[in-house]
Amino acid sequence: MATLFGVPLQALSGQLLLGLINGSFYAILSLGLAVIFGLLNIINFAHGAQYMMGAFVAWMLLNYAGVGYWPALLIAPVFVGLSGVLLERVLIARLYKLDHLYGLLLTFGVALIVQGLFRNHFGASGLPYAIPAELSGGHRLPFMFLPTYRGWVVVASLAVCLATWLAIEKTKLGAYLRAATENPALVQAFGVNVPLLLTLTYGFGVALAGFAGVLAAPVLSVNPNMGADIIIVVFAVVVIGGMGSILGAIVTGFGLGVVEGLVKVFYPEGSATVIFVIMALVLLVKPAGLFGRTA
Amino acid sequence: MVDIASGSAAPARIPATGGASRDAAALHRAIFIGLAALLVVAPFALYPVFLMKVMCFALFAVAFNLLLGYGGLLSFGHAAYFGMASYAAAYAAKVWGFTPELAILLGTFVGGLLGLVFGALAIRRQGIYFSMITLALAQMAFFFCLQAPFTGGEDGIQGVPRGKLFGLIDLSDDRALYVFVAIVFLGALALVYRIIHSPFGQALKAIRDNEPRAISLGYRASQYKLAVFVLSASLAGLAGATKAFVFQLATLTDVHWSMSGEVVLMTLVGGMGTIFGPLVGALVTVTMQNYLAQFGAWVTIIQGVVFVVCVLLFRQGVVGLIAKFIRKPL
Amino acid sequence: MPEALLAERPVPASAAPLLSVDDLEGWYGESHVLHGVGFDVKPGEVVTLLGRNGAGKTTTLRAIIGILGRRRGSVTVKGVEAIAMPSRLIARLGVGYVPEERGIFASLTVAENLTLPPQVKPGGLTLKQIYELFPNLEERAGSQGTKLSGGEQQMLAIGRILRTGAKLLLLDEPTEGLAPVIVEQIGRTLRMLKTEGFTILLVEQNFRFAQTVADRHVVIEQGRVIDTIPNADLDANLGKLKTYLGV
Repeated sequence: MATLFGVPLQALSGQLLLGLINGSFYAILSLGLAVIFGLLNIINFAHGAQYMMGAFVAWMLLNYAGVGYWPALLIAPVFVGLSGVLLERVLIARLYKLDHLYGLLLTFGVALIVQGLFRNHFGASGLPYAIPAELSGGHRLPFMFLPTYRGWVVVASLAVCLATWLAIEKTKLGAYLRAATENPALVQAFGVNVPLLLTLTYGFGVALAGFAGVLAAPVLSVNPNMGADIIIVVFAVVVIGGMGSILGAIVTGFGLGVVEGLVKVFYPEGSATVIFVIMALVLLVKPAGLFGRTA
Repeated sequence: MVDIASGSAAPARIPATGGASRDAAALHRAIFIGLAALLVVAPFALYPVFLMKVMCFALFAVAFNLLLGYGGLLSFGHAAYFGMASYAAAYAAKVWGFTPELAILLGTFVGGLLGLVFGALAIRRQGIYFSMITLALAQMAFFFCLQAPFTGGEDGIQGVPRGKLFGLIDLSDDRALYVFVAIVFLGALALVYRIIHSPFGQALKAIRDNEPRAISLGYRASQYKLAVFVLSASLAGLAGATKAFVFQLATLTDVHWSMSGEVVLMTLVGGMGTIFGPLVGALVTVTMQNYLAQFGAWVTIIQGVVFVVCVLLFRQGVVGLIAKFIRKPL
Repeated sequence: MPEALLAERPVPASAAPLLSVDDLEGWYGESHVLHGVGFDVKPGEVVTLLGRNGAGKTTTLRAIIGILGRRRGSVTVKGVEAIAMPSRLIARLGVGYVPEERGIFASLTVAENLTLPPQVKPGGLTLKQIYELFPNLEERAGSQGTKLSGGEQQMLAIGRILRTGAKLLLLDEPTEGLAPVIVEQIGRTLRMLKTEGFTILLVEQNFRFAQTVADRHVVIEQGRVIDTIPNADLDANLGKLKTYLGV
């Protein structure tokens, strides 16, 4: 059996794939955080809870309404996005004139509420969500066995990230978003409804989180705490990448997932902390982040 | 109408007390005396362990508020200093047989040292990033405690002996421990009060209110920030280490991010940037937890609701509102 | 100076004002900057706001378009009271705004900058017409907006509001920091716009430039209008004006 540095290639590529999958979630989540932060100047602490909501909405659709994976992949993000729209309109919009830290505190509170409600209703242990029939099984590649669903997660995440990037960089709406990120008052003075743009952006950012949650449901179990665990790592990812660049957020997310996977092979004890260690190193060397503009 | 011309509008300040006038200083002295008197009579009405818990968390919140209210720095990872100190003190007392005062000193030192390392990293970024970095570093500390051989994993360090203070006074008696905790608490509170009203504290406030101007006046802002961070982490460590003796226990709960959130909540409820707010916040929060403990996840939900309500309607906190009403800093 | 003659084409005195500012007060945070500014601009007129640095000219413009934090008084556009409107609705009354420092977006290309402001009224210039007016912009259409020279950025800032159909233009120091040849070109553009029927309110430091384009000059000092000078009388009032401006 082929080995690399004494590790079977099979195991290595398996962990790399898992790393890519985690990286997919990091990428989608940090992308959403970056888009929201860019325009609203708010760090959305509820992002993890909204990711968890995506997974739960998919689970509920399946178990209460018999709606399967494919429709859920669309419905759950839309639902999470609409809940975000409501949240922005009712609560977050009141904070734009205040110090940024209040946005963090408010969304932290919202995250506690959402997590608590789901834990109350579903308990703290995970609920299973089956892989859709079309994506079950796998392919035997020369160097590894590739479970189809895992391959799909990576492909779908990449596609969504790239589509988001294109939408922001190449469309009219994206131009409004970029311009308003730079100077919202002027864009508003041109007759653009910036408050609406803020609402839609927040809704879109959290819909991305919901989408990641649906993708995650069959890989990880559906669990009220799944968002709390990941969001802190995603914060570190965002610090490492810097929030100035959309492409930077995507690359950093996937890259760090892979690094985490590699560490799991060669030094399993360090896999939970490696991203935080990298964050510390980046802060020492390049405080603004790898893709960040200096503040 | 939503005004998003936030670039030009001055952002709302964290409410804070100004320099204490002679008038206010007299009021503060009276409150200190009243507080001491209250601590003398309270054990006749309430469980000493409950009171000690409140004091430990109040001290934790005071430490946190020193950083947020006077340094303008929102740390979202203060559980790291609280919890690591708690582990250090518990381990030293149980395994090495340290006397309580030495174990607590060690815990305080561990909190401060960790604060020095994490603080030096975190102050390299500002605002929101600072908060995210402190949270991420604290999560690293959490995983360390989860995996390290000496923390007892999920069980934590249990059955910590309370031992004899200075080798003389037996703290296994709740009343003796109560007196000790009360002295530590009042002493630390007085220390923080001195710090806030010292030239160092004045410089901190200047940096908090306008960092570029403070720098142009010759203050080395990052040194001040690091110093207050280390002070705050040390005091959080003092609180955590003391807590380890009260409950004879150090667990993962103490280093978990939710603990970091709780201390933010205490300070927010009581009033950021007030001297006595964190005490009130800790009392309210600990009481709330005690009554709601039986309802499971409802504690989290209610904490979340309190966060939201405080941020939207009640940013000055209880003591901040009272201070505004009587027009004196508290 | 033949262009100056063109600029003095009279505006019918009876016309109802397109823009009417009355008793306008404005604040930056806590500081009270405008103390009851009042003046009118008639359709087709070019009016400049003159005054020293910090007199409140830019603030007046910002208050009119509605991006000042707090304002009070009356601003009407075509008779519609706009004082309580958010800036996006004021823009939709047909007002185009060129801010101080031009406000070119760094993350947008020149073409994207040009097409960013939405149409607020029918009858704006087409992209082709704008490119004819400012050929440089077409050549650099794909470049990053802030990579343009200062003069090109100013053309971009003016060009992008001509597309929107706005007929009332608020220009904040369009000549600031530009080379004389560029200032000439901007002057020609403004006179052309006037003949096309645009109404322009212009903030200027440079009254020599203002003289070549404007019908009237409104002098502001310490947040109040202290004088109004018709362009024809400018030379006669030169001494007084120089005192106002401290030059």
